[in-house]
Amino acid sequence: MVTERAREFDTQDLLINVGPQHPSTHGVFRMVLEIDGELVKDVIPYIGYLHRGAEKLCETMDYRQGIGFMDRTEYLAAFNAELSYVMAVEALAGLEVPERAQWIRMILCELNRISSHFMFMGAFGVDTGVMGTPFIYGWREREGIIDLFEEISGDRMMYAYFRPGGLAWDVTTNFKARVREVLKSITQGIKDFDGLFTENEIFVARTKGVGYISAEDAIDYGMSGPSLRASGVPMDVRQDEPYLKYAEIDFKVITGEHGDVFDRYYCRLQELRESVKIIEQCLAKMPDTGPIMPEKMPRMLRTPPGEVYIRTEAPRGEYGVYLVSNGGNRPYRLKVRSACLSNLQALKQMSVGQYVADAILVLGSIDIVLSEVDR
Amino acid sequence: MKGIAKSLLTTLSTFSRKPVTRDYPNVHKALPERDRAFPLLLWDQDIDEPFCTGCHACERACPVECMTVLMKDNPNHKSVGGTSSRRKIIDKFWIDYARCMRCNICVEVCNFDAIAMNNTWTGHETSVHDRKDLVMDLQMLLSQSHAGAIKEWVPVMARLT
Repeated sequence: MVTERAREFDTQDLLINVGPQHPSTHGVFRMVLEIDGELVKDVIPYIGYLHRGAEKLCETMDYRQGIGFMDRTEYLAAFNAELSYVMAVEALAGLEVPERAQWIRMILCELNRISSHFMFMGAFGVDTGVMGTPFIYGWREREGIIDLFEEISGDRMMYAYFRPGGLAWDVTTNFKARVREVLKSITQGIKDFDGLFTENEIFVARTKGVGYISAEDAIDYGMSGPSLRASGVPMDVRQDEPYLKYAEIDFKVITGEHGDVFDRYYCRLQELRESVKIIEQCLAKMPDTGPIMPEKMPRMLRTPPGEVYIRTEAPRGEYGVYLVSNGGNRPYRLKVRSACLSNLQALKQMSVGQYVADAILVLGSIDIVLSEVDR
Repeated sequence: MKGIAKSLLTTLSTFSRKPVTRDYPNVHKALPERDRAFPLLLWDQDIDEPFCTGCHACERACPVECMTVLMKDNPNHKSVGGTSSRRKIIDKFWIDYARCMRCNICVEVCNFDAIAMNNTWTGHETSVHDRKDLVMDLQMLLSQSHAGAIKEWVPVMARLT
């Protein structure tokens, strides 16, 4: 990228500091860019501004108390974060989750994926330089989903709704009708984003060929989720190691071809459509009545000694929970494998040689949630 | 150019739709009955005293330790010529709303259904100038239920299983 003519002028490299409080860093993320003119020569990311020690805190509490902290590790897709933790506890305790609870969990997790991806679409639009319009579109669609979550769980972002064994309480009686209603507006929202971005020449010119990462490099960095699939690797935990009822559901794993910023956007857009399909199938298969918790639940859940690693597909990639128990009512060790942290490692590889404005675009395209990176 | 035209058409199409925004401080959205704001104590209207006996169950179960509970002997107990069957009753109760993370665990562990999450707008509009003002005492916690302002929806896990 650096032209020969530019080399003739011996200029000094400039270090600029981006963040930690900066709207385009999606939270409290700081990176120091070493730039030569407009070109990025090096990126040094600094994380840890939002570190709360959620894992260590969970080790001081019983299993139910930990759920609230798991919500906060990934606040844009709290259901997915809860799911991994709760499934890890269930695997240790040997709990059998009733079928109906599993369908409800699946529907809620997919809806949460949709709301998180809409959030990405909106924020990504702002990163590309479109002020406002896509951002509000994203929030508009997300609002409908979050209203539904509020009716079911009572909270808009920190649900604390999944429990080891099932769900905290039953869904509302008009659950299916409400989900169908929301799906309708989601479908319209997907159409809107498709029309707004996908063929827009300005957007394509801004994003095609920017922030390239090859499939080999992406795997080496441990990337997962849509950021990895955009490079052409069909890796999806839902397909590879089906959990809940994903084995009974028919869906496609979306992959990109070029591994650039545009593909990372387009993968997510198509994933939205797949999620809608998954939810429709779930609604058809979900029984209307039935238990949502196992018959006999102890008042204080204790797990036998052992260790387990459970991974699920969160909107940003593989969200894993490693849980060690020494036989008590609380985790002996809890480790969260966050997709964002691994995806963030590839930031340098993707943004070196790009323009400064594109470095922001690359950061936006991996869709980081800083509370998940720092935990 | 075709793509840009399509993009502009998408924006244009929103003009024909109804607005989705609300004029928030003036217009409040109707809250679902399960809505969870901050925890409140409930008032037993029949005997005219709080349901809470100060048993510390919620205080022990709270993940963020935002509660402080003190109990006392009930001056209205039958043994001393009163009308209540509660031997012990709540003396002092503080909840630090600044610490509370609204996880609903205190409601689930309560044996007397004495605590509930506020499901009205008063629970959401609690901003104050000093964070010390967010520590609520017994009188503040009980006042809304005493006045009958709380719609009860107390989801308890034990009842469902």
